[in-house]
Amino acid sequence: MIMLTWLLRRDLLLAIRRKSDVLTTLFFFVIMVSLFPLGVGPEPQLLKAMGPGVLWVAALLASMLSLGRLFAADYADGTLEQMLLCPESLALIVLAKAAIHWLASELPLVLMAPLLGLQFGLSGDALWVLTLSLLLGTPVLSLVGAIGASLTLGLRGGGVLVSLLVLPLYIPVLIFGAGAVDASTSGLGAGGHLSILGALLVLALLATPKAVAAALRISLE
Amino acid sequence: MSKINLYKFASPATFYGLAGQMIPGFAILSAILFAIGLYISFFVAPTDAQQGEAYRIIFIHVPAAWMSMFIYVVMAVYAGVGLAFNTRLSAMMAQALAPTGALFAFIALFTGSFWGKPMWGTWWVWDARLTSQLILFFLYIGFISLQSAIDDPRRADRAGALIALVGVINVPIIYFSVKWWNTLHQGASISLTKAPSMAHTMLAGMLIMAIACWTYTIAVALSRVRLIILERERHSTWVSELLEDIK
Repeated sequence: MIMLTWLLRRDLLLAIRRKSDVLTTLFFFVIMVSLFPLGVGPEPQLLKAMGPGVLWVAALLASMLSLGRLFAADYADGTLEQMLLCPESLALIVLAKAAIHWLASELPLVLMAPLLGLQFGLSGDALWVLTLSLLLGTPVLSLVGAIGASLTLGLRGGGVLVSLLVLPLYIPVLIFGAGAVDASTSGLGAGGHLSILGALLVLALLATPKAVAAALRISLE
Repeated sequence: MSKINLYKFASPATFYGLAGQMIPGFAILSAILFAIGLYISFFVAPTDAQQGEAYRIIFIHVPAAWMSMFIYVVMAVYAGVGLAFNTRLSAMMAQALAPTGALFAFIALFTGSFWGKPMWGTWWVWDARLTSQLILFFLYIGFISLQSAIDDPRRADRAGALIALVGVINVPIIYFSVKWWNTLHQGASISLTKAPSMAHTMLAGMLIMAIACWTYTIAVALSRVRLIILERERHSTWVSELLEDIK
């Protein structure tokens, strides 16, 4: 337990000290979303229909870009090896690291999303659903992404490889996340989609830390 | 007794010889079956009442789609066995199967769009089956690129095995989410599922083609695994003896 609280505090402190890491991911998200109206034209109807999907895809890509930082620094200075050796369960350590990663890299995006949604002309209800869906969905992205990040530790071209491995696995989250907003704007109610996102989150919380722990053992063997 | 045999052939050195003996049989069988299957599909099977001659593409399309899905599962099983029991040969088999699986996934997509043009009037629709087949193709590419990015064969085997297992757990989730997404978006109005019941010769042609694809896969995977074995064991004595014999 002491080890875990130490780890949480340390990772949080590192995230706070390296503000630029957090901000670059956030601004990538903002810029990426702003490019779409420039690409497809400013028709309000079109933008309104595209908004949820664009925001979700941008969140997917932003979260994928920040995955490299999840284990890379600890791997480079040997801390990760010490973590593997310590008696605390590796799955719990992974969970703690993923939690801080989510807090530092994904939560800012979730908070920024409603503002960007306004630019796409989404209604008040849709903005709520969008935020809620991102809140449920982005932790899944961090957890599933951790599998890709741990498998590609120290490989050449790791960043591009992570996207190949992880993006197909992100598809269900994208479908139900963007689908929730669509369902609520078309009057179907977003309850079903949000419940499935919650179920995916529970599944990811249960299953991925073990897989990431196994992957870290493979990569550091 | 069978147990002893299994252990014996789990060794790459003995399996190399066994695979070499098995390849010609499967290759010849596959060639014969392809010939029969193609003959049935082009000359024997009747013209479809609704779809005309263009339907004949299903004789390669459907077996390819079946194989692409089945090979992924077989690959994941080999990968899991390799990860659990640390058998080198299983990981090599998984690695040998992946390119063939990706090839079949690509053939299924490619022929599917050729069938879609005359039938649906478009090369591509975001139908649930098409989309999930595309994602399956992406999963194969991910597996292959991860394995080829890692230089250390042991780490490559184990990392590939893990991603194959994660993929195989995800395949049903992806399939159902894509299916639900499609019904909500109301994409294609024509569905593949309500295909009219098939004439017996059509079914026979398709099954023969499927078995031909099977034997082809076995022959190709075995010859690929032989090369992988040689590459990995190139420093061992039996490989150098083998090379001496060839000289």
